Amino acid sequence: MTDVVAATRSLVVERVMPHPPEKIWRALTQAPLIEAWLMKNDFQPIVGHRFNFRATPIHGWNGVTDCEVLEIIPCQRLVYSWNASGDQAPDGLKTIVTWTLTPGENGTRVRMEQSGFRPQDEAGYRGMGGGWPRILGRLEEAAGRF
Amino acid sequence: MHNAPDTIFRTLADPTRRAIFERLAREGEQTVSALTSQSGVSQPAVSKHLAVLKLAGLVHDRHEGRQTHYSAEPRGLKPLIDWMALYGAFWRDRFDALENLLNRMDQ
Repeated sequence: MTDVVAATRSLVVERVMPHPPEKIWRALTQAPLIEAWLMKNDFQPIVGHRFNFRATPIHGWNGVTDCEVLEIIPCQRLVYSWNASGDQAPDGLKTIVTWTLTPGENGTRVRMEQSGFRPQDEAGYRGMGGGWPRILGRLEEAAGRF
Repeated sequence: MHNAPDTIFRTLADPTRRAIFERLAREGEQTVSALTSQSGVSQPAVSKHLAVLKLAGLVHDRHEGRQTHYSAEPRGLKPLIDWMALYGAFWRDRFDALENLLNRMDQ
């Protein structure tokens, strides 16, 4: 079961995986394992470590993501920034990716939250207060009319 | 194309502009003067907001005599939906790949 919820300014994907947190943590924090399911990278599990994800460039995207490890609680929580790189940085994404592992009866709940807007959007976003969820709530309705 | 969601976020981030858009979406087509009477800002300010909304593809205008009628353009929100859908699909695929990897890994 996967849930993708577009709430406020975050994207959340959650899934219970029938594996222990320790094993999932390895897949989230060892560079060769990360590459096997996400992208080429030079990740190290050290707070403050700057690294890149590298994908094949496509039109309009150089394929590079600039990241920095922001928080590590082994087997529980991993936070890194996820930003556009190079000349695409000024207009590109500036987001935070937070991984949370919660052990349960049927395995481990794996939660990924990608959040954040560009700094110049940030003030505007805050100003929107409760308006943003309402707009997003209406998107489905609007989508039905396309 | 790449910036389209940013444009929509920025456009709707202004509370007055957002209120105008929401009102058009809720109540249907309106003239500038009708919108001004309830917005709490001057008519030139409302016109300026409408111009920004139009540039972002969020409103449509129709001229009738000396009056301009504005209506909401729900299709203008599509880049935002595409953006959310794109990232949602990206992470779902990555979750599938992560599970495949976990199934192949030793404890």
